[in-house]
Amino acid sequence: MKEIEEANREALRRIFDAEPVLIDVQAAAEAIPGLGERVVLHAGPPIAWDRMCGPLRGAVAGAAVLEGWARDLEAGDELAASGAISFHPNHHFDAVGPMTGIITASMPVMVVENRAFGNRAFCTLNEGLGKVMRFGGNDDEVLNRLRWLAATLGPALAAGLKYAGGLGLKQIVARGLSMGDEMHQRNVACTSLLLRELAPALARTSREAETLGSVLEFIGGNDQFFLNVAMAMGKAIMDPVRNIHGSSVVTAMSRNGTDFGIRVSGTGDAWFTAPVEMPKGLYFPGFSEKDANPDMGDSTIIETIGLGGFAMAASPAVAGFVGAGSAADALGYTRSMYEITIGQNPDWTMPALDFAGVPTGIDIRKVLETGLAPTINTGIAHREPGVGQVGAGVVRAPVACFETALVAFAETMGVS
Amino acid sequence: MWRARRPFAERDKVTANELLEAEVRVVNIGLQAFYLDLRARNVAAVQVDWSPPAGGNPKIRDLLAKLGS
Repeated sequence: MKEIEEANREALRRIFDAEPVLIDVQAAAEAIPGLGERVVLHAGPPIAWDRMCGPLRGAVAGAAVLEGWARDLEAGDELAASGAISFHPNHHFDAVGPMTGIITASMPVMVVENRAFGNRAFCTLNEGLGKVMRFGGNDDEVLNRLRWLAATLGPALAAGLKYAGGLGLKQIVARGLSMGDEMHQRNVACTSLLLRELAPALARTSREAETLGSVLEFIGGNDQFFLNVAMAMGKAIMDPVRNIHGSSVVTAMSRNGTDFGIRVSGTGDAWFTAPVEMPKGLYFPGFSEKDANPDMGDSTIIETIGLGGFAMAASPAVAGFVGAGSAADALGYTRSMYEITIGQNPDWTMPALDFAGVPTGIDIRKVLETGLAPTINTGIAHREPGVGQVGAGVVRAPVACFETALVAFAETMGVS
Repeated sequence: MWRARRPFAERDKVTANELLEAEVRVVNIGLQAFYLDLRARNVAAVQVDWSPPAGGNPKIRDLLAKLGS
């Protein structure tokens, strides 16, 4: 239909015109209006406590202790089960979070402003690998790290970013793609580039050398630090694409460990959900698929903007890390994603594909016509609360949510 | 009126023989198990990632036809 093609061209224009800039780090309660007492934001579409998976419950209990709502994890569990905590998706508050995606009032969030459209998006700071809250970790080690992020890293980054006048992100991603990152499971290049850009400002705004050293050490020692930056960027890019009548472009894909949900531009903020699938991948020593929790996290905003599993051709190293096969297989994943998207991003190109742009703008019609579900690179959490990350892999979005989305989208077009 | 230059059966037989005398290279469409078996025996093979349009769902197929793409 001509109307759909025109609407999708507008969606693509808004994606390509975006100017995401990392401008600040603030406490979530300050940055996100409406994030009050005993409110927990989580990854994925809406979900009640009784349907939450183990890692998400573990993270909620940990957050309750962190915020002082509960004296220990058991009390945190009881509080959540009693209905005294209000749960909402990050996406309903212009935010995203990886894996469990928990955001509560005291946590520092990065603020990315899309200067072309004036909107802002938020994401927590990346905690590092292993036993961390985003993978359901909740012991003292995890909570103390979160306290350090709030007390030290967040304010240091905020001061540095203000001094630097913000950090333009599209250019960093463009360079990262040429250095082997796909921005979901490999962020070593972009993390290094960010550190190189911000280090002078961090040094000039630091009050003492030890704090500066710990900040530089934390960022430099965490290859995935840029993941959360890229996620906030993705949310800031895609939010202006919402609510274009007639557009069949996906504006969000997200999982809560139980349900996978998508949003489509032409159907506004409605969620279309289906049960999440189990990633196929590689496990850390001592763990196997029987330990794994099904797919989770808002990090699929990365694939929604054409990176991650869609840009695997740029990142042969990640193909090995997530068990996706050879470098040739990585090219194959990206090529197949051209089948379900409406354009190539001219700013984000991949050397291994003769500098073709990353596949951008997932069209629900193309997903269903081809039967090719979006490819997602992902971390894998342990199914029990409190353990953490056990591996990394590749997972497909469930086609069923695209089917229900198409039916609803057809109704908006007067088609049945 | 169309006439075959030689019977189909004879022509196919020759082709099949030639095929099996040369190195076998397989393009597999459908069940991936056939492809995996061939690869396990070091036979050159590729798997075509194919499924019926709309997953064979007639309602979705009908909507896709109306909505175009």
